[in-house]
Amino acid sequence: MALHFELVTPAQLVRSADVHMVVVPGAEGEFGVLEGHAPFMSTIRDGAIKIYTSANGSPEEIKVQGGFAEVGATGLTVLAEHVEG
Amino acid sequence: MASLKELKGRINSVKSTQKITKAKQMVAAAKLRKAQSAAEAARPYAERLAKVMGSLATKVSGDGAPKLLAGTGSDQRHLLVLVNTDKGLCGGLNANLVKAAKAQAAQLLGQGKDVSFYLVGKKGRAPIRRDYAKNIAHQFDTSTVRTPGFAEAEQIAAELIQLFEDGKFDVAHLVYPVFKSALAQDPTSVQLIPVPTPETAGADNGAVVEYEPDEEAILAELLPRYVRTRLFGALLEREASEQGASMTAMDNATRNAGELIQKLTIQYNRSRQAAITTELVEIIAGAEAL
Repeated sequence: MALHFELVTPAQLVRSADVHMVVVPGAEGEFGVLEGHAPFMSTIRDGAIKIYTSANGSPEEIKVQGGFAEVGATGLTVLAEHVEG
Repeated sequence: MASLKELKGRINSVKSTQKITKAKQMVAAAKLRKAQSAAEAARPYAERLAKVMGSLATKVSGDGAPKLLAGTGSDQRHLLVLVNTDKGLCGGLNANLVKAAKAQAAQLLGQGKDVSFYLVGKKGRAPIRRDYAKNIAHQFDTSTVRTPGFAEAEQIAAELIQLFEDGKFDVAHLVYPVFKSALAQDPTSVQLIPVPTPETAGADNGAVVEYEPDEEAILAELLPRYVRTRLFGALLEREASEQGASMTAMDNATRNAGELIQKLTIQYNRSRQAAITTELVEIIAGAEAL
């Protein structure tokens, strides 16, 4: 019951971990990704990615700028141009 | 035969040269590690981007494809984006890059195409100007920042895409050094614009991917990003190559200086001994004459 989540910027691999859920600020609205999500691809707008490491924990936020998110069989990959914090 | 004083002066001058080359070598060795890990850290992003590009590009082909992917329809005007270093003291790195770029330019000119240059970094300017003074379209200065990063790559990409959209060129090639090891940095040329469709590894695994917004919109946003990433990668490779080449060249220079010092020291000692012997002979001869 874990979603593999990767956050990558041109400069480095920021995060690669198994988490419960990630909420991504998509270009057409925020969307949450849980394990077993259907293949999906979206551009993202500037905003914060919320990472829930467990079902009832409080989220960790990472601000990103420009990029896109891809959900595939291997998990969620967010390619962002800039990352803060 | 040089006088003792002259020899001593030469030895001292070679010694101070050696100090410089040794210092530069150590600086390069320290910077190389950093540059190399930066180049490696950038790879996951480029790989994933290329993968996504590949799967998208096959879906969006034909008339709907954006200009950056499909090209302008002709291949008459070529732009060579040449990535050189800003500083010297790195052996034949820049010379090799310029040679590779000139060879490609000559080949394209031989086919009757137009060639212009977009120069990144200082060290390519003079040698390219010598042969293709009229063809230098633009220069980009990376010497103002300490380590060129993504911001610079963004600027270059924005400029290139602007030029492309203004119809200033049809095809852009990127010539940059690929860092293999401290001993080998190969000048490499890749097509930058229009973005070459990456080879997709096999067919999709049957999964229907949903796109938000649609494929075209994502691709339109993805292509400039891809160009940026390519340029960023080239800048990082350049950095690593520069330090690697510099380390090797300075190592050689330090060794050569050491050999020269040894040779000069032997010569110096010999002439000193010869002078002493002559003096002794003179004294003895003088004493015997009495």
